[in-house]
Amino acid sequence: AGPVESRTEAAMSELVPESRQKPVVPMKPMGINANLLGYIGIDTIIEQMRKKTMKTGFDFNIMVVGQSGLGKSTLVNTLFKSQVSRKSSGWNREEKIPKTVEIKAIGHVIEEGGVKMKLTVIDTPGFGDQINNENCWEPIEKYINEQYEKFLKEEVNIARKKRIPDTRVHCCLYFISPTGHSLRPLDLEFMKHLSKVVNIIPVIAKADTMTLEEKTEFKQRVRKELEVNGIEFYPQKEFDEDLEDKTENDKIRQESMPFAVVGSDKEYQVNGKRVLGRKTPWGIIEVENLTHCEFALLRDFVIRTHLQDLKEVTHNIHYETYRAKRLNDNGGLPPMTVETEENHESNL
Amino acid sequence: QQPAQFTNPETPGYVGFANLPNQVHRKSVKKGFEFTLMVVGESGLGKSTLINSLFLTDLYPERIIPGAAEKIERTVQIEASTVEIEERGVKLRLTVVDTPGYGDAINCRDCFKTIISYIDEQFERYLHDESGLNRRHIIDNRVHCCFYFISPFGHGLKPLDVEFMKAIHNKVNIVPVIAKADTLCLKERERLKKRILDEIEEHGIKIYHLPDAESDEDEDFKEQTRLLKASIPFCVVGSNQLIEAKGKKVRGRLYPWGVVEVENPEHNDFLKLRTMLITHMQDLQEVTQDLHYENFRSERLKRGGR
Repeated sequence: AGPVESRTEAAMSELVPESRQKPVVPMKPMGINANLLGYIGIDTIIEQMRKKTMKTGFDFNIMVVGQSGLGKSTLVNTLFKSQVSRKSSGWNREEKIPKTVEIKAIGHVIEEGGVKMKLTVIDTPGFGDQINNENCWEPIEKYINEQYEKFLKEEVNIARKKRIPDTRVHCCLYFISPTGHSLRPLDLEFMKHLSKVVNIIPVIAKADTMTLEEKTEFKQRVRKELEVNGIEFYPQKEFDEDLEDKTENDKIRQESMPFAVVGSDKEYQVNGKRVLGRKTPWGIIEVENLTHCEFALLRDFVIRTHLQDLKEVTHNIHYETYRAKRLNDNGGLPPMTVETEENHESNL
Repeated sequence: QQPAQFTNPETPGYVGFANLPNQVHRKSVKKGFEFTLMVVGESGLGKSTLINSLFLTDLYPERIIPGAAEKIERTVQIEASTVEIEERGVKLRLTVVDTPGYGDAINCRDCFKTIISYIDEQFERYLHDESGLNRRHIIDNRVHCCFYFISPFGHGLKPLDVEFMKAIHNKVNIVPVIAKADTLCLKERERLKKRILDEIEEHGIKIYHLPDAESDEDEDFKEQTRLLKASIPFCVVGSNQLIEAKGKKVRGRLYPWGVVEVENPEHNDFLKLRTMLITHMQDLQEVTQDLHYENFRSERLKRGGR
């Protein structure tokens, strides 16, 4: 397991989801006799669940996907760096991020406010470099399905573990090149295939290449293209549970997404504070400054508000789809021999 | 250009042909210059913006950018636009040859056939005109220079870049350019430039080499040439928007964290690229004529048939 971090009081509320308390197990509405004569204490169940969750902790797996050189690996570092205490040692600071050549999962256990989270980020090699890029999404699709297979295998075991280790990809950040024009044909194909098996969150990479107007225009165009081509990215419209969800998610779908991000794991001094950023001859771009880029929005969206929902949709929808297909193929019986390749190294 | 100095024609020993360059100059100015620049690169690398910035014009007034779904259907096309620019009495007839669709398809295998055919066609036409009976008005539509745009987002050259450049380096002068350079900080730029130069050498790609300054040129010019040579491939930023910066209006891009100035040599190599192009227009034409065209011609005539 990676280093366990504890945070100062001030930052404690960061990771713990606050306002929208979504129960870990969806509670079915019961017919309530409204004429209770006294206080029973049913509402304490929420507190009990909370305590339980805190003890067991969260597992969360994010995958980053996109063409070579769009800053995926850097964003992975930024994600950890902005969460993890800056003074953490054991973080290898390389001068340059080398080219990723294979799928690798990097995990860190982070603790905050009594809650433990094991955040695993799956870094993938850039694709789309070759002259012929047909079917370049297949290795990624294969990896995702392999994780479902692993989980399924555990689930159908006679003597199965109390808590099945969850390596399924809960969220896939798809990096879009900031051309300022439109999506590439390859992006469309890739996202069409992937959105069927995993939650896709489109992200505009290296957003420091666009001015504010260009950014707004580009986002609008990308949103329109995704809609016209029937690509359902997370949060998917069909899974909005109630009006509250719909209103909140509509706003995100139609205004904020795709998030235009800038990544960096280097620190600079700005106005007396140390910030993560990029230094250029014409100014310092601050990664966590909302007027510069939307990295903080992405981070909060994925970790602070929608983490649980991402896991639920993965488990209840994507995994179930996979499971149903597998069982169907097998005539309703659980699969006999399955191949799972351990083709990723992790720091667990 | 030397100012005209007329010595007294009666001076013994004076023939008068020192005046020849001036005559040539006057004729050229009257005739005007023709230059064809081809622009190649994937969508969204900043090509059109850069061309507009270089020549301070809008070559693409009615442009519609196609969506991704439309791009899937499209093959590479050739679009030539000609513009006449005049500056201080000197006319330049500039033709910019665009290649929309290059590098967009999922499978780019046939991506550059169209482009190579176009280049060959221009040579073919010139050869035909040159060998014809009436050679008065030969129009030179041969491609004198090709700006090849390399993505600033990648780690260096892509396989498509290498294949394409190798396919045309014996037909046209290649000038590699990295646009949208404001996406890179200085260290990243140096690293990318070096990487690209290494890869160019590794694959044996022949790009256009600026001729060394002659020994009789002045020091400034020599120094300028040295600097230009050292900056290839040029990392540029294009823009025709005027932004207020430090009290004056400059061409640039306005970001929340600062202003990138197009014509500031500390921000990018735009001025160098422009200088290179302008001062070497003549040389680019000559190399096209003496090297690439002659290559084509001898191959063609060897193969026989008209």
